[in-house]
Amino acid sequence: MADIQKLKRVASQVRRDIIRQTHYCASGHPGGSLGCTDFFTALYFEIMDHDPTFNMDAKNEDVFFLSNGHISPVWYSILAHSGYFPVEELATFRNIDSRLQGHPATHEGLPGVRVASGSLGQGPSVAIGVALAKKLNNDDKLVYALVGDGELQEGQIWEAAMFAAHHKVDNLILTVDWNGQQIDGPNDEVITLGDLPAKWKSFGWEVMHLDNGNDIEAVVNVLNAAKAKTGNGKPIVLLMKTEMGYGVDFMQGTHKWHGKAPNAEQTENALSQLEETLGDYPYPYQG
Amino acid sequence: MLDKIIDTGKKSTRDGFGAGLAALGKTHPEVVALCADLIGSLKMQDFIDAHPERFFQVGIAEANMMGIAAGLATAGKIPFTGTFANFSTGRVYDQIRQSIAYSHKNVKVCASHAGLTLGEDGATHQILEDMGMMKMLPGFTVINPCDYNQTKAATIAIADHHGPVYLRFGRPGWPNFTAADQKFEIGKALLLNEGTDVSIFATGHMVWRAVEAAKQLADEGISVELINIHTIKPLDEEAILASVSKTKCAVSAEEHQRNGGLGDSIAQVLTQHLPSPLEYVAVNDSFGESGKATALLDKYGLGVSDIIAAAKKAISRK
Repeated sequence: MADIQKLKRVASQVRRDIIRQTHYCASGHPGGSLGCTDFFTALYFEIMDHDPTFNMDAKNEDVFFLSNGHISPVWYSILAHSGYFPVEELATFRNIDSRLQGHPATHEGLPGVRVASGSLGQGPSVAIGVALAKKLNNDDKLVYALVGDGELQEGQIWEAAMFAAHHKVDNLILTVDWNGQQIDGPNDEVITLGDLPAKWKSFGWEVMHLDNGNDIEAVVNVLNAAKAKTGNGKPIVLLMKTEMGYGVDFMQGTHKWHGKAPNAEQTENALSQLEETLGDYPYPYQG
Repeated sequence: MLDKIIDTGKKSTRDGFGAGLAALGKTHPEVVALCADLIGSLKMQDFIDAHPERFFQVGIAEANMMGIAAGLATAGKIPFTGTFANFSTGRVYDQIRQSIAYSHKNVKVCASHAGLTLGEDGATHQILEDMGMMKMLPGFTVINPCDYNQTKAATIAIADHHGPVYLRFGRPGWPNFTAADQKFEIGKALLLNEGTDVSIFATGHMVWRAVEAAKQLADEGISVELINIHTIKPLDEEAILASVSKTKCAVSAEEHQRNGGLGDSIAQVLTQHLPSPLEYVAVNDSFGESGKATALLDKYGLGVSDIIAAAKKAISRK
């Protein structure tokens, strides 16, 4: 049984880390990061069987790919608290000579990152490649990936969707962060996504839903349910509704904090809404 | 030495790729192959017949193919992607840049039907910018072998090189004149003929044309040092400088745009270390068109006579 209270404590600290990372470098993407915090916490602290000593080839462990790489603050915090690298290194986010690039990269050797992402639409393809290799290697561990909803406007997503169904890539669980927002505004105003469940179903995927991706217990339950559906000849997509900016009242439910960092006053306000549970890392980095 | 360079019969470089891939299938269990609906054109069937479980048909979806290859490489496989050269580069440049090059993935991007010699399909498919694009990507190795035997050897060699590689080859039957048992050394230029008056640096299909030009120039009493630059990047700077130190002038010959191709790479080396006259035999800021391979090469300035004229001009500029 998942220790939900423990997961909530992790999520609260991760949200503080997101605010502090983006504030300190005065850039980055807090909105989507806050919205996906509960998903990341559930995935890394409850669902996945993963090894923080980090092996690039991910043999015999579950593996995750972040396709919408701009929400790097949440992933970096999760990786650090999972033991992939020191939490103190979060203070280097987006600064020169850092392993924590604005968008995730392998180039500086940051443990936990297996491919660069940020130019959108590429993550599912890479995840499929790893899933195929796992099948070739008779490795029964799973591959997880996250894409943004606006990212579904990229054509490569649907190339990957067609491939995965045709080739029965059924060791893959792809989650869509369905917060309804992208940089220029709501999806429906930019380019409407239409009937997403019907689209994925018609592409041959097993479609799962989660109405509240910010209810961490619900996230754990739906990911466990998704795991139970693997190995049945179909790739799995989880359409997960989240709220951009969740956990900070003035950032919640708007696209305006997609790619904007909080100033000092806003940071103080945000942090006052988020309990410090695991200790804040110090500024500046002393490494 | 020129007399010993003999065409043993026309074979396509893409057939050399297919033969090399089939050989790798037997010796390298971690080699896997992907194709975007061009199995026949890329000559991949022998590999597929022997190792169906290590082949992935991705359909007409080249961007997805590059991403899947990056994933397979992440997990320790050695993926070889196969499609036409324009779909292997320009169409998927960002996927290659982010998921393969920047991410240091051990992917072999294998590209057929490069250049004008693709022929009748015309300029939509005749990419002449690919080597330039690929050599600009940090960490990428770029190889453009000259004939069947060399393409087969190069295909086998790149499997043992850890890092992303662009392997460029072509469609037509073409003189096969290098040794069947050659060992391919990435980044090592091959001296085909020693000479003293002019250095000709040729790559890909243009190597054979340069051989023909060198023979005609020899008949006129001009001594050509002929060097096969099968690896565009890393470039064998030492071989280039050693040759031009002797001949004092050079010609580059490639089935590619002059902007960003082999000639520009050689020019960089010469301007930095040994300023010398250099004449380009390359396509000059133009698209191609439909036609027979050899007729197209002649029309777009890649004829044997063009190499001869360039050599004489380079000599005159000494």
